Amino acid sequence: MNTREAAALGELKKASVASRNITDQVFELVTLACAALVLAVLGAILLSLIMGSWQTLAKHGVGFLFHNEWDPINGNFGALAPIYGTLVTSVIAIVIGVPLSFGIAMFITELSPRILSRPLMVAIELLAGIPSIIYGMWGLFVFAPLFGQHVQPLLHDTLGRLPGIGLLFQGPPMGVGMLTAGLILALMITPFISAVMCEVFDVVPKALKESAYAVGATTWEVMVRIVVPQTKLGLVGGIMLGLGRALGETMAVTLVIGNAFLISPSLFSPGNTISSVLANEFAEADDDLYTSSLMALGLVLFLIAVVVLVAARLLLWRLRRKAAG
Amino acid sequence: MQNTIVPSFFPSRDGNGQLEPVTMKMRIKDLAFYYGGQRALGDVNLDIAEHRVTAFIGPSGCGKSTLLRVLNRIYELYPGHRAEGEVLLDHTDILSPAINVDQLRRRIGMVFQKPTPFPMSIEDNVAFGIRLNESIAKSELEDRVKWALEKAALWDEVKKKRKQAGTSLSGGQQQRLCIARTIAVRPEVILLDEPTSALDPKSTAKIEELITELKKDYTIIIVTHNMQQAARISDFTAFMYLGAMVEFGETERMFTKPSKLETENYITGRFG
Repeated sequence: MNTREAAALGELKKASVASRNITDQVFELVTLACAALVLAVLGAILLSLIMGSWQTLAKHGVGFLFHNEWDPINGNFGALAPIYGTLVTSVIAIVIGVPLSFGIAMFITELSPRILSRPLMVAIELLAGIPSIIYGMWGLFVFAPLFGQHVQPLLHDTLGRLPGIGLLFQGPPMGVGMLTAGLILALMITPFISAVMCEVFDVVPKALKESAYAVGATTWEVMVRIVVPQTKLGLVGGIMLGLGRALGETMAVTLVIGNAFLISPSLFSPGNTISSVLANEFAEADDDLYTSSLMALGLVLFLIAVVVLVAARLLLWRLRRKAAG
Repeated sequence: MQNTIVPSFFPSRDGNGQLEPVTMKMRIKDLAFYYGGQRALGDVNLDIAEHRVTAFIGPSGCGKSTLLRVLNRIYELYPGHRAEGEVLLDHTDILSPAINVDQLRRRIGMVFQKPTPFPMSIEDNVAFGIRLNESIAKSELEDRVKWALEKAALWDEVKKKRKQAGTSLSGGQQQRLCIARTIAVRPEVILLDEPTSALDPKSTAKIEELITELKKDYTIIIVTHNMQQAARISDFTAFMYLGAMVEFGETERMFTKPSKLETENYITGRFG
């Protein structure tokens, strides 16, 4: 190779390096723009919620969160009932959905014959894919009447007679109400939580489980003492995913909760959630204060979601620190 | 074809090279093993001597780990895995459906290839099996944990950090932790499935030393792909090939005067 050829080759290399650099730079900018869009959208939503709710917040202040009056005619708005309903239905959903999901995931990963576990996984995915309006319709037309006729009277006559906890099961069995909404929500979040649980249980090393069996542990002991502690980060993540969905679920809840501005200790009584109020009333909001109050409700829901997310992060962080020793 | 050798008596050398009689702890009779429809072991006959180390050697896939996994019935965790034949532990057939496997596994402990510390503190790792099986007072439990850690030659290294996570230990320490956890439930037999294959030479030496120490109190069966290891620590060696027991006998004789050609080829490194 003579010097001229070598120089030409050098030029060629430089040129290709330069063009590759340009493609890389463009690529980097494009991906940066995509990532920036996330922040921009988040900021824009938060900003418009704050601006939209300004009128109400200026009138009621923090009291908006704590008083229980929703009077569009006289322009008095308080968010306590929907906040209460949102939290109560979500708690019911988690209390019922988490053990249910745990059972499902434990059966699929540890106990079920292989021929059954695959179809079960598919069924879970299908359940997760059902649109929420269908859960709502089924809840309203099928579940709620049956629940009101058969289960609620039973609960009323048994648990309802106990002191303390009995307060939760008072009043007429109407079918629709907080408890029904919580149960439907539990059904809706179960596929999500159990899918995550299955995934995290599956990655536990076989040798770890075998080691526990090898000192004489039963399947239950292996699950509770080895698999759960080993996978707790993933489990918390799955539960938070379910909780996030339960807090924001709108359509199904709106259909079965009864839609009343009520705070009653009884889970049989109708109520509402933030998202059900928003779905029901935006079309009716005829003046600015009314619209602004609904916007403020949206802001509250947003903040609840943020608090849940932050709490989950903190919990994960603490667990990780403990695991590190 | 008779491809197994069952010695009619059990001579074994003590530390001074003297022959001494030993008793039999386990007897494997006409054992076959299937993964679904596939036969992985056939016609295995073998006696395991009490308070001695028996090594299973052979090339990868010869069935030595499979055989080990039959002995505490851990294979049962997986559907389609099945064993036929008899495995006697003190004259009781442990393959019988009437046997309670949890109780069986307390009598026959197992240590795996990779260290498997449980997600809990060092102390709790060792106490894990004890808590499952016995309800004993806290002080007694602590004594037993200490005893097991001492037996596993780990006490001095961990006594000041017993509350720390088991996973914070080094690989060799983790493996000794697993041995301590196995000893803690006071088994009669300890199964070791290539216990040093994931460890460095120094940790390996420690574990080997420990095994020699432990055989005073326990019957030990070790699967190893490392022939030198088998030669160093075992009293009896079983050579397996293609799912069959080719030759079984006193380790010293196996490595100096093997009676089968396959055994000789394998231990001289001609295949495997």
